[in-house]
Amino acid sequence: MSKQIQVSGLDAYYGSHKAIEDVSMTIEPRSITAFIGPSGCGKSTFLRTLNRMHEVIPGARVEGKVLLDGEDLYAPTVEPVSVRRMIGMVFQRPNPFPTMSIYENVAAGLKLNGRLSKSETDGIVEDSLKGANLWNEVKDRLNKPGAGLSGGQQQRLCIARAIAVRPEVLLMDEPCSALDPISTLAIEDLMAKLKDQYTIVIVTHNMQQAARVSDRTAFFNLAEQGKPGKVIEMDETSRMFTNPSQKATEDYITGRFG
Amino acid sequence: MTSTPIKEVREDGRKTSIQHISTSRRIKDRVVQGLVYLAFALAVVPLVSVLWLVVSNGLERFDLEFLTHSMNGIGARDAHGGAYHAIIGTLEQVLLASLISVPIGLFTAIYLVEYGNNGRLSRAISFFVDVMTGVPSVVAGLFILAFWILFLGFEYSGWAGALALSILMMPTVVRSAEEMLRLVPNDLREASYALGVPKWRTILKVVLPTAFTGIVTGVMLAVARVAGETAPLLMTVFFTNSINNDPFNGPQMGLPLFVFDQAARPNDTAIDRAWTGALTLILIVMLLNLVARLIAWWRAPARGR
Ligand SMILES: Nc1ncnc2c1ncn2[C@@H]1O[C@H](COP(=O)(O)OP(=O)(O)O)[C@@H](O)[C@H]1O
Ligand SMILES: [Mg+2]
Repeated sequence: MSKQIQVSGLDAYYGSHKAIEDVSMTIEPRSITAFIGPSGCGKSTFLRTLNRMHEVIPGARVEGKVLLDGEDLYAPTVEPVSVRRMIGMVFQRPNPFPTMSIYENVAAGLKLNGRLSKSETDGIVEDSLKGANLWNEVKDRLNKPGAGLSGGQQQRLCIARAIAVRPEVLLMDEPCSALDPISTLAIEDLMAKLKDQYTIVIVTHNMQQAARVSDRTAFFNLAEQGKPGKVIEMDETSRMFTNPSQKATEDYITGRFG
Repeated sequence: MTSTPIKEVREDGRKTSIQHISTSRRIKDRVVQGLVYLAFALAVVPLVSVLWLVVSNGLERFDLEFLTHSMNGIGARDAHGGAYHAIIGTLEQVLLASLISVPIGLFTAIYLVEYGNNGRLSRAISFFVDVMTGVPSVVAGLFILAFWILFLGFEYSGWAGALALSILMMPTVVRSAEEMLRLVPNDLREASYALGVPKWRTILKVVLPTAFTGIVTGVMLAVARVAGETAPLLMTVFFTNSINNDPFNGPQMGLPLFVFDQAARPNDTAIDRAWTGALTLILIVMLLNLVARLIAWWRAPARGR
């Protein structure tokens, strides 16, 4: 488990609008990589190109290469569905399936992998919920609707759902921005734990969060309004926050703009 | 900072202070409130009076004989007789019409919402659904009469009636299902895709269950609409006084037709039967609605089962 991602020369478009341009980077396995940058600079867009979720939007397309341990995800014969099975995603707003119970939510992605027996499914559901630090809170009400949980619990349920299919990589788009500080802390603890097994990429608006949890940080920015977003700088998180090489990064991190 | 006292004056010069609701505004509020209640009462009066009339007049003959006997061998002036043949006919015709139009309507709605991307085909389909919504029920009957019975040479039957009814049902089903599917948040579809669930399975397991309750309600509205249609039946199932359980062979009866026929007869016994027929029709539609609600309740998400 846990694979490396290499991106080279990646452009992403919404129709004719180019949202990001010429992004190249390497994302290391068993580590947390954080994307920071002002709103609208294409962090979410880039994240979604990594598991081929970008093209779900009508008119959206991608140019360039994304290699998962050397295999091109955008090769013409690649089945996007299988890419998404390997690279899971957690969204900004917790979005458990409203018609499903907690148990069914976690098992939602599983049933595709051929028929699993009840006991196998039970085992994976329990492991995933434990993996998401949620098991103790919900073990007595697995058959209750997932929508009945608190926001933070719902987000951890979504993480459990994502890790239940055993992905190699976990993408998180501002997973804590809708949560209170306690829940945020719970999710950050969880990320630190998950990083032993997964390649984790997180978009965050919270500078302290990036500094706290991530090993490497990439700073995205627009050259100017209306131009596509770019990666300005990427480095070890400790270096990014103490000694960035670009003026724009320093300005952003110290809060002088953005 | 110069120590100007914080005055109750904003930049635009208006005084900011707690304002009280003026008497004139309170009066206006009351008047409008009254008008709304009045409008509500006006809307309810016809409904209640129709229900009252049907129930009070229909109870007279609402007995076991009415529900279990046909009009076979009942003379023009006789009492007795019943609508069993018409009830069977209506149930079968509506069921067949639903079997035709619900799958087609649902698949159309799924195409429009999930696959159409607002392309040329989906715009064309949308346009024709709108056209179909506007088709008067007589025209639907005439079409089946001309096409199925006169041109293709099939006989009058419950099936022909079901075909005509399904023409009326289909646009209602498409529109309501489409609306319900569009209400399903895109977040849920994306969450499912992100788990590596293929699109068709996402639709089957996430989108449809989420929209299920709404779709059932829409189908029930469509059923209620066609269950009371008289004109298309007149031209397709023809008419009979005896029981015909087979919707595919020979003329059948329907409750609306029964009411139409009995009400046109000059004597009180027939008029009574017409009222009871109307009452039965209302009860059937209500019962179907109840069943749909039970299904929807049973499938409702926010309930720990
Ligand atoms: N669904 C969409 N359709 C068209 N343009 C979009 C869509 N989503 C984002 N964009 C555009 O792409 C650019 C990058 O957006 P996004 O990736 O959401 O930025 P970020 O996540 O960094 O705030 C923005 O200019 C935005 O307007
Ligand atoms: Mg974003």
